[in-house]
Amino acid sequence: MSKEWPLWEVFIRSQHGLAHKHVGSLHAPDAEMAVNNARDVYTRRNEGVSIWVVRAADIVASSPGDKSALFEPSNSKVYRHPTFFPMPEEVKNL
Amino acid sequence: MDAKLEYVLRQGDNALVLSQQLSKLCGKGPALEEDMALANVALDLLGQTRMWLSYAAELEGKGKTEDDLAYLRDANDMRCCLIVEQPNGNYGDTLMRQFLFDTWHYFLMQGLAKSTDPRIAEIAEKSIKEVTYHLRRSGDLVVRLGDGTQQSHDRMQAALDALWPYSGEMFIYDAADKQMVEQGVAPAVEGLRADFLEHVGEILAEATLQMPPADAWMHQGGKKGRHSEHLGYLLAEMQFLQRAYPGAEW
Repeated sequence: MSKEWPLWEVFIRSQHGLAHKHVGSLHAPDAEMAVNNARDVYTRRNEGVSIWVVRAADIVASSPGDKSALFEPSNSKVYRHPTFFPMPEEVKNL
Repeated sequence: MDAKLEYVLRQGDNALVLSQQLSKLCGKGPALEEDMALANVALDLLGQTRMWLSYAAELEGKGKTEDDLAYLRDANDMRCCLIVEQPNGNYGDTLMRQFLFDTWHYFLMQGLAKSTDPRIAEIAEKSIKEVTYHLRRSGDLVVRLGDGTQQSHDRMQAALDALWPYSGEMFIYDAADKQMVEQGVAPAVEGLRADFLEHVGEILAEATLQMPPADAWMHQGGKKGRHSEHLGYLLAEMQFLQRAYPGAEW
């Protein structure tokens, strides 16, 4: 089963959502069936959603050991964070 | 019986009995994903059942509810086609039964959405979205299994040969059906059958399966309340609680 039904990661953009969000994974023999299955398993077939499926094997993840090298250096440098600009009310979703 | 009541009951009973059959597979699908898909289809059909049977209860005008019609009619009063009461068998049998039913169901709902009866048109309109998905799914799986391994091909062919003689009853138009066609409530059978044969033919060819002749001998009787032996057992299980504790609220 693990050979013929590889693992797929599922990303869904909900009706009013702006971005695809990882919602979980499932097994399927190919991409088309993975999309069908994702509809059944994760969306209950709500209208207006977009589904992305990608083979788990095609995802490259950062290694937990690289955490400090990748993410921490900028924490002490406030000028790296654009937090000093007042945002106009009308600008949404930033 | 009033022709429209008869017609609406038939739609409700088809969905009810097929939903019950699919529900039996809960937890028994070949994969988790298939299991959920089958349950989804069963739930869709049950939702459609409720709309049809509620309307039937209104048409009958005897103060009954959808529950009375589902739980208190015996096999002789059930109006489903024989194909939906056929046993689940192996997964190929289940899928083939679903595919043949879905194809008919899809084209019927397309026709009924244009019905002169606004309630029927409304129910059909709601059902189309679900049925489109059912048909896409079952057709896809018939192709995958028919054109899969030698073993899956042989099983699908066996399922097709066994179920094909039950596919014709859906296109037998009796007096009640004809009356509905004349009133513009239901679509004409010729077009429905042509669409059915065309779509089934395309999918079966893609699935490398041999389609039995369209004019083969066909079983019939379900629409008139003459059922196969399977329905009695199905109802005994489905109706047990309501029969044992009549009138109980739940």
